[in-house]
Amino acid sequence: MIEVVAHWREWLVLGLLSAGALFLLLAAVGVFRLPDVYTRMQAATKAATLGAGCTLLAVAVYFDDFGVTVRALLVVAFIFLTAPVAAHMIGRAAYIIGVPFWHGTKLDEMAAREGDSRRAASDEGKR
Amino acid sequence: MNLSDGVFDVFVVNFLYLMLMAALLLAFVRLAVGPSMPDRVVALDLIANLVVATTALYAITTNQQVLLDVAIGIALITFLGTVAFAQYIERRARDD
Repeated sequence: MIEVVAHWREWLVLGLLSAGALFLLLAAVGVFRLPDVYTRMQAATKAATLGAGCTLLAVAVYFDDFGVTVRALLVVAFIFLTAPVAAHMIGRAAYIIGVPFWHGTKLDEMAAREGDSRRAASDEGKR
Repeated sequence: MNLSDGVFDVFVVNFLYLMLMAALLLAFVRLAVGPSMPDRVVALDLIANLVVATTALYAITTNQQVLLDVAIGIALITFLGTVAFAQYIERRARDD
């Protein structure tokens, strides 16, 4: 216990690194096993963002230097800002070229939108 | 603060690397298998995140602050790559 208190920063670094690696491994398992693009994308976006964020926070804590902390937080902020945008664009592209849904998907809000009949057109054959 | 201070056992560090490499392997299988183009782009996105995390871990284990700049570069380029891929897929679908 005294050991833990004395080395609290290293334990924090180790905890953040472990959490980051675990989240990234879970993201990869999700991308590997989930049934269609849209579900895989949500594993790759959310879990991987959190995993990379935890690992970079570990770097910030470990080096304990102003420049390093600023840069690490900058990367975290950048990833948190860009990951949803990238996922949105990929998801839209996948929908437009008509990648099929998993059979368990019940809701398709894009299909109800007026004037967006690309899905119906592309359902007839090509992927 | 040094790596050999006790908390960072070599075994622990290697185990973290092993987890990241297992994740990389799974993502690479998805990249190779597909089956559609967006699947591969999603896998590439995940691989880039994994590389950023591996670089961060490597920066800690080797005590090199400079490697954080590598992580910045990879994070920047990845976003551009993903957006470019998405645009390319959409435009190709429109042109058909």
